[in-house]
Amino acid sequence: MHEVHLPAEPLVVIQPTKRWSILSFKDIWAYRELLFFLTWRDVKVRYKQTALGAAWAILQPLFMMIIFTIFFGRLAGVASAGIPYPLFALAGLVPWTFFANAITASGNSLVGSANLITKVYFPRLIVPAAAMLAGLVDFLLAFLMLVILMFYYRVTVTVQILFLPVLILLTALFSLGVGTWMSALNVKYRDVRFALPFLIQLWLFVSSVILPSTSIPQKWRWLLMLNPMSGIIEGYRAALFGLPFDWPALGIASALTIVVLLYAIYAFGRVERSFADII
Amino acid sequence: MQPIIRVQGLGKQYQLGGASAVYSTLRESLMDLALKPVRALRRNGNEPVTIWAIKDLDFEVTPGEIVGIIGRNGAGKSTLLKILSRITEPTLGRVELFGRVASLLEVGTGFHPELTGRENIFLNGSILGMTRREIERKFDEIVAFSEVERFLDTPVKRYSSGMYVRLAFAVAAHLQPEILVVDEVLAVGDYAFQQKCLNKMQDVSTGGRTVLFVSHNLGAISRLCNRCLLLDGGRLIASGPTAGVVQNYMTSGLVQRPEYIQSSNRDKAMNLLRVALRGADGEIRSEIRYDESLSFEFDYETNQTVSGTSLGVMVYTLDGTCAFTSADIDAHAELLGVREPGKYTARVTVPAKWLNVGRYTLTVALANAMSGVVYDNVEALVFQIVDTGTPGSLNGIKRPGVLQPLLDWETRINAE
Repeated sequence: MHEVHLPAEPLVVIQPTKRWSILSFKDIWAYRELLFFLTWRDVKVRYKQTALGAAWAILQPLFMMIIFTIFFGRLAGVASAGIPYPLFALAGLVPWTFFANAITASGNSLVGSANLITKVYFPRLIVPAAAMLAGLVDFLLAFLMLVILMFYYRVTVTVQILFLPVLILLTALFSLGVGTWMSALNVKYRDVRFALPFLIQLWLFVSSVILPSTSIPQKWRWLLMLNPMSGIIEGYRAALFGLPFDWPALGIASALTIVVLLYAIYAFGRVERSFADII
Repeated sequence: MQPIIRVQGLGKQYQLGGASAVYSTLRESLMDLALKPVRALRRNGNEPVTIWAIKDLDFEVTPGEIVGIIGRNGAGKSTLLKILSRITEPTLGRVELFGRVASLLEVGTGFHPELTGRENIFLNGSILGMTRREIERKFDEIVAFSEVERFLDTPVKRYSSGMYVRLAFAVAAHLQPEILVVDEVLAVGDYAFQQKCLNKMQDVSTGGRTVLFVSHNLGAISRLCNRCLLLDGGRLIASGPTAGVVQNYMTSGLVQRPEYIQSSNRDKAMNLLRVALRGADGEIRSEIRYDESLSFEFDYETNQTVSGTSLGVMVYTLDGTCAFTSADIDAHAELLGVREPGKYTARVTVPAKWLNVGRYTLTVALANAMSGVVYDNVEALVFQIVDTGTPGSLNGIKRPGVLQPLLDWETRINAE
């Protein structure tokens, strides 16, 4: 047998983790290709299994826009800051649909991957992350439709559009936070599966998707700020249509996103080590 | 030589029920919160039950070794593999791994039925820990090994179970970790292909790689492993060259298995559910008197209409000699035709005063003679034929031979 050169230090040490263990980003980086493949699988399978495939990414926000325009278009009137209501609604619906789909998919992802989790090791955080990233592909397709509508209404784009990538990142991180948290809760409480769609429905009404935040009386507006999605969605409109940014709302949204994400990673980490024994 | 795996004081505790059982719904959890004060009052004697699946394990493995892990069901073999492959955490102790680990606890983990063979090679390879470049480099080799070239762009949901298993094995067989952890995955798939995989795995070890292999199939263990660990009740009770440990295991009396129940791995077209050994009185026992008949009873199910299938048994002695084989189609050729979906029970009786005194194992195989697929192939029972010294028995003398049949002798004095 030929000589084998072993490292002096073990590559992997397996031992009971401490209560407060830090998430290993090194580990996640090492498994980045798996993150890519799981995302790729989710996208591919979804488009293969459905008759309309990629069209769903566009149809969902499109029909919501049409319905909103019929029912709320007149109501919004002046409040939509001179933006034609269909455009106003779609600019909110595209990020909203991404958020709603991403938290649904990542919320159910861990339980849905039980087979994988009990058979092979990888950083578990990859599962909800891949589910969220797969939604990003739909988001980009839906965004194309928004761009087309903007051309149709001859919207003049300002330099503020450069802020868009930051908003997309913020949406993705907030979705990841909520989705990861839900996925961990779902392992313990299968109620999440039923509660989540209900929660999303309610959440839609307080996220400035249908009507701008200015339609709410001033004294209640601070409440809206506690919902990061409201600030983020208003942010999209500001970036796309050159409206003034609501910096306090965006600041609070960013801060809350970080808080939610950190808490989600902590909660996830606590459940993570016993996943295989529970699922 | 420096070990590649070092296990020190390893233990894993599981809780069975009790206070910290997992809540399945939020409602129960809320109820529990409300009842907590009450529960605290009647806490006495209601402590959660805990069991140690493994305890105080210490061992080392040097590079290039193929180590078999044997023991009864519930001895802790699977728990050990799960800890080594980082699926579950130990409660105590420490494992140091000085190399990249890949674990193969199931064939085709993460295969997606909607994806094509080509896509699944990439997905599965990546799940098993291969890099994308590694998969690309070995792609042609994997495809050739799997023998499914023609169906590479067909979704695997249209594959036969044989093709599916081949493709999955092909990916796994091309893993190149320094340490490979393998569970009883070689029990399915057709025999020739199993051999091909075993050979491929042996190549792995000659390349300086280390393999840990759990199996109930002592034949495969003996063929493959140069060293064996014997676990019982979660503890390591023997370790050393395979032949000695296997012999130790077989003769120690640890192995007395008059009944075998298969609870997992039941999604195949045909599944073995239960095998039992009954004495002449109908009791399930592992010790059978020489002068009584014994019968093997099999419960199995078919999930779809199958044809060309058979249930075969092989009885082996301790040293691996095949005493005899038999199959349900021997006497009933019509069974080779169609078996409708449903649950079946089969029974075969071995006459009294036929098998010699000694220990035997019964291997059961459910296979399809037409497609070559083996659904199940398990060493299900271990039993003993004993001489009780009762009239008509052997009077305590063990004669040579596998069989000790009571034959019809005829003797007469010839007239001059």
